[in-house]
Amino acid sequence: MSTTYSLLIIAVASLCTIFLRAFPFLIFGGKKEVPHTVQYLGKALPPAIMAVLVVYCLRGVSFLKGNHGIPEIISVLVVAALHIWKKNILLSIGLGTVCYMLLVQLVF
Amino acid sequence: MIKGKYKHIGFAFHKTIPVMLGYLFLGMAFGLLLQNAGYSFLWAFLSSTIIYAGSMQFVLVTLLTGGVSLVHTALMTLFINGRHIFYGLSFVEKYKKMGKAYPYMVFSLTDETYSVLCGTHVPEDMDEKKVFFWISFLDQCYWVLGSTLGGLAGQYITFDSTGIDFSMTALFVVIVIEQWQEKEAHISAIIGAVCGIVFLLIFGADRFILPALLCAMMALIFMHKISAKEDGNNR
Repeated sequence: MSTTYSLLIIAVASLCTIFLRAFPFLIFGGKKEVPHTVQYLGKALPPAIMAVLVVYCLRGVSFLKGNHGIPEIISVLVVAALHIWKKNILLSIGLGTVCYMLLVQLVF
Repeated sequence: MIKGKYKHIGFAFHKTIPVMLGYLFLGMAFGLLLQNAGYSFLWAFLSSTIIYAGSMQFVLVTLLTGGVSLVHTALMTLFINGRHIFYGLSFVEKYKKMGKAYPYMVFSLTDETYSVLCGTHVPEDMDEKKVFFWISFLDQCYWVLGSTLGGLAGQYITFDSTGIDFSMTALFVVIVIEQWQEKEAHISAIIGAVCGIVFLLIFGADRFILPALLCAMMALIFMHKISAKEDGNNR
């Protein structure tokens, strides 16, 4: 991809993020109430988005061919188990990633 | 405790140590991923300086390499960072009194900074505005530093980095598990997973994410309307 287009993508991501962060200050700065549906989505939507993002991360895995996604399955389970057990974000991500790297580089 | 001229930054530093560890680590992972995708540490530095949103920047790596449209980029950003609208709400009054720092305070309100600011009680002998500014600023410094270091490490330390992109998957799995602790999150996460998988099967890997996100949002609004109606009927 061209440098200009990459810069444009970063600029768009930046502007949209700034827009979102500034939004409450611009709109709700006065006495206006936040619409009920917006409030509800603010609470309810993030878990759905994160679940979609997990699927997004695994979108390239072919469960029917090759290694059947076994490295991914094992590593996701390792991350989940570590996180439920130790509740340490860095540990879960760090060891999970190392586990995956070892699996794809040495085993599969 | 640091006294005198540096007491505000000292206090802020103390409060941000957990974020420092997290941001340095995740920032490095981001810088490495970006470097792997063919973008030098300068790109990591730039993204972390002007976007400054963790999850979004990880997705950004895939957007840059995937050659997506700018509209797609905008929609993804609005979805992934949409929650940021709500952080500002708690600080509207406070931030308006921040003077020159006001725009920066609004710009730099990430998940982590929000939670540190919410949990910080500023001692009476300190200026709350200064403490808040330093907390926000230090947090971004950690993130930018981590990203840049990650990019540099990817460039100068050669190792087989195959599979390092799994750090992004791991990050989102961890966030889902954290959110799962709250009961209300269960149905939302399940809807997200189902929409994700169904639309992946229908539209394929390159085109499923926006329809999946949209459908999850519609499903949640629909459910909410239904349950609101039932509440109304039962009364």
